[in-house]
Amino acid sequence: MLELYILSLLMIIGAIIAVEIKDLLSSVIAVGAVGLVLSVTFLILKAPDLAITQLVVELLCLIILIQATIKRGIPRVISRQSFLTIFVTLTFIGLFLAFAYSSLRDLPQFGHPIMRVANHYLEEGLNKTGATNLVASVILDFRAYDTLGEATVLFTAVIGVLAVLRKIGRKKTP
Amino acid sequence: MIIYFMCLILFCVGLYAILVKRNLIKIIIGIIITEYAVNLFFILVAYRSKGRAPILAPDQIVKNMVDPLPQALVLTAIVIGLAVTALIVSIAVRVYEKYGTFDITKIRRLKG
Amino acid sequence: MRQKNLRNQRSGMTLIVKTITRLTIGLILLFGIYIVLHGHITPGGGFAGGVIIALSFIHLMLAFGKDLALKKLSEVQASFFESLGAIMFLTIAILGFVGGYFFLNFFSDKGEPFRLFSAGIIPLCNVAICFKVGAGLFAIFAALVFLKIGSGEEK
Repeated sequence: MLELYILSLLMIIGAIIAVEIKDLLSSVIAVGAVGLVLSVTFLILKAPDLAITQLVVELLCLIILIQATIKRGIPRVISRQSFLTIFVTLTFIGLFLAFAYSSLRDLPQFGHPIMRVANHYLEEGLNKTGATNLVASVILDFRAYDTLGEATVLFTAVIGVLAVLRKIGRKKTP
Repeated sequence: MIIYFMCLILFCVGLYAILVKRNLIKIIIGIIITEYAVNLFFILVAYRSKGRAPILAPDQIVKNMVDPLPQALVLTAIVIGLAVTALIVSIAVRVYEKYGTFDITKIRRLKG
Repeated sequence: MRQKNLRNQRSGMTLIVKTITRLTIGLILLFGIYIVLHGHITPGGGFAGGVIIALSFIHLMLAFGKDLALKKLSEVQASFFESLGAIMFLTIAILGFVGGYFFLNFFSDKGEPFRLFSAGIIPLCNVAICFKVGAGLFAIFAALVFLKIGSGEEK
């Protein structure tokens, strides 16, 4: 499990660089690096479907973010925060971490999940659906309601983007 | 147990970016990092030590597979996250066209 | 031919990028279709394959400029395909009522495992989701590119 620690440390370092660096384009590229490391982590955690999806989604997300930031005429981020704001925020995050750490003990140990529902899917999946990829059988057969809701959310998001970015009716603004 | 805590630290880095930063692109980056941390947490809970990927192989009976249910939930969550990120980016681009800046304090000042 | 290349050079990237794109674009599209159709046997499925198909069209748009890509798949066609995917998915769901309940896997013969034609409704659902995700993401990207060009003209 050493590689998991190394990969998650790499992700934390990449995230800190992405948050703290001044140049916006470098920041976006650091987020892309975090996403690619996350894809490798999914592969190590035995989730190849998620690894493929995360890889391609990360590429598309990077292209969209670069399209938004490039040529916007803002060379550097100049943001000087007051000391009080950062202090209050760090205190809040410290409290959050303390409570979360105390509640982590109630979770099952790492590597020993509770698989009361999943055992049924693993045993009956091939006979009931005929699909050998059990994730696909869970998505599209046992829990297809979730996928229907997901399709609705995606449709709403696409309609929202097309409505925000439309040209008709924008002429009158000075 | 330590790996759960490292995942929480990744979550808190994103939370810090959302709460403190004033640039809209930095806030979007914070939202993306938070989403990554939550997805990673689901998959970490589903992992079984010395397990195999939940894909059957011919002529072989395998019993120690990892949990396929959180993987199915996260697979939909990743694509939803991309669509929501695109929606936030388009709203941010519109705000930039209107005010000429990504700084949220100046946007607030110009409003009245 | 030479004249046409010179005229095309104004939009899009350089000649090297265009040549490489011409070689690889078909392979990317084919890989996306393979991922979608084999989603119930191997890792992949409708979501990943749909994003790969959308990426192939976005690749075309980035390399050759927006006109050629929109000639292959215009914005109206993209929204049509997205609605088609939604309708297909919902129709498959409602057809389950012939056997009793929503989203029933209504094929009585599931076919032999590890074959392409097996698993009942799951490949059909994969194709529907692929249409939905691919066309939706391409529509989002086309809208963003249009906006960027429009704002450049105003200044």
